[in-house]
Amino acid sequence: MIRALAILLAFQLGGETLARGLGLPVPGPVIGLAALFLTLTLRPRLRETMQATTDTILGNLSLLFVPAGVGVIAHLDTFGRNGPALIAALTVSTGAAILAGVIAFRAVARLTGADADE
Amino acid sequence: MNNAAALWSYLAQEPLLWLTLTLVAYLAADAISGRSRHPLANPVLISVILIGAVLLVTGIPYARYFEGAQFVHFMLGPATVSLAMPLHANLGRLRRTFLPMLAALFAGSLTAIGAAVGVAWALGVRGETLLSIAPKSATAPVAIGVAEQIGGLPSLTAVLVILTGVIGAVIATPLLNACGFTDWRARGFAVGIAAHGIGTAHAFRVNSTAGAFAGIGMGLNAMLTAVLAPLLFSLF
Repeated sequence: MIRALAILLAFQLGGETLARGLGLPVPGPVIGLAALFLTLTLRPRLRETMQATTDTILGNLSLLFVPAGVGVIAHLDTFGRNGPALIAALTVSTGAAILAGVIAFRAVARLTGADADE
Repeated sequence: MNNAAALWSYLAQEPLLWLTLTLVAYLAADAISGRSRHPLANPVLISVILIGAVLLVTGIPYARYFEGAQFVHFMLGPATVSLAMPLHANLGRLRRTFLPMLAALFAGSLTAIGAAVGVAWALGVRGETLLSIAPKSATAPVAIGVAEQIGGLPSLTAVLVILTGVIGAVIATPLLNACGFTDWRARGFAVGIAAHGIGTAHAFRVNSTAGAFAGIGMGLNAMLTAVLAPLLFSLF
């Protein structure tokens, strides 16, 4: 677990250094994600070291959003009198975006023969 | 009495109490959402309400709570890097669904930006508040950067991003079930686009394939929103 954590942090550190050093618009951890992905394709055996730790982290991903989520309660006054309009806009657009994404995915999957998933 | 006050001021200053509260609230929320199948029983939503209530009752400012809970918040970075694992495990499926994902990405991303700005505008929202809602489906660091760039309010965008994630996680399963979609790849991918990390966290709880595809949707939408939102607003 410590080895896997060290590897994750090292990739994040590398990504952060690249992102800030070169002034890239992509967040550092996303660059770390891409770099780890490339490393896994070159050295698939690294999976065994990582699996248990990343399964635990991703299985409890919700926990990691809690501290930022509590901030929403603290900052609800930034909504001002636009509160109901903003909540309506968020709800409608998020539902619409989910449906638009699923419908587009399914339509193109049917056309390209990627329909069946094994 | 004096001792109790001294103890409280010590506990309120140190991370220990706030870290413990965060983990215990999450475990309680996780147990509730595991038992109740109700969509509103979302672990992020329940945890936030529990902790928010404690802060309200004790009068502790959010900044002090966050100082303690930031160790949990910090793990979002390593968690993002971790997404490389399900991505790599699903490589074969990803290759086969390249075109469906590309179509879903553009459809979902444009709908998220367009419908949010459109509905808010129709309901009378104007100015920098309107600009702040445009990037709300992208993951927080990207959305905040975009808001700054197009003239929105970054602090408002941060709140809108989190709310979008919670709303997406709450409505995704009932909405997709009601419409009869059974393809976990499509379901996960769309939720990742529309509701970033909180949607992805929900997808991982429902189905591992959905989780992997949600992670990709989130990552791709972050990049597309960073390009699309400033481009769309430069047209007006």
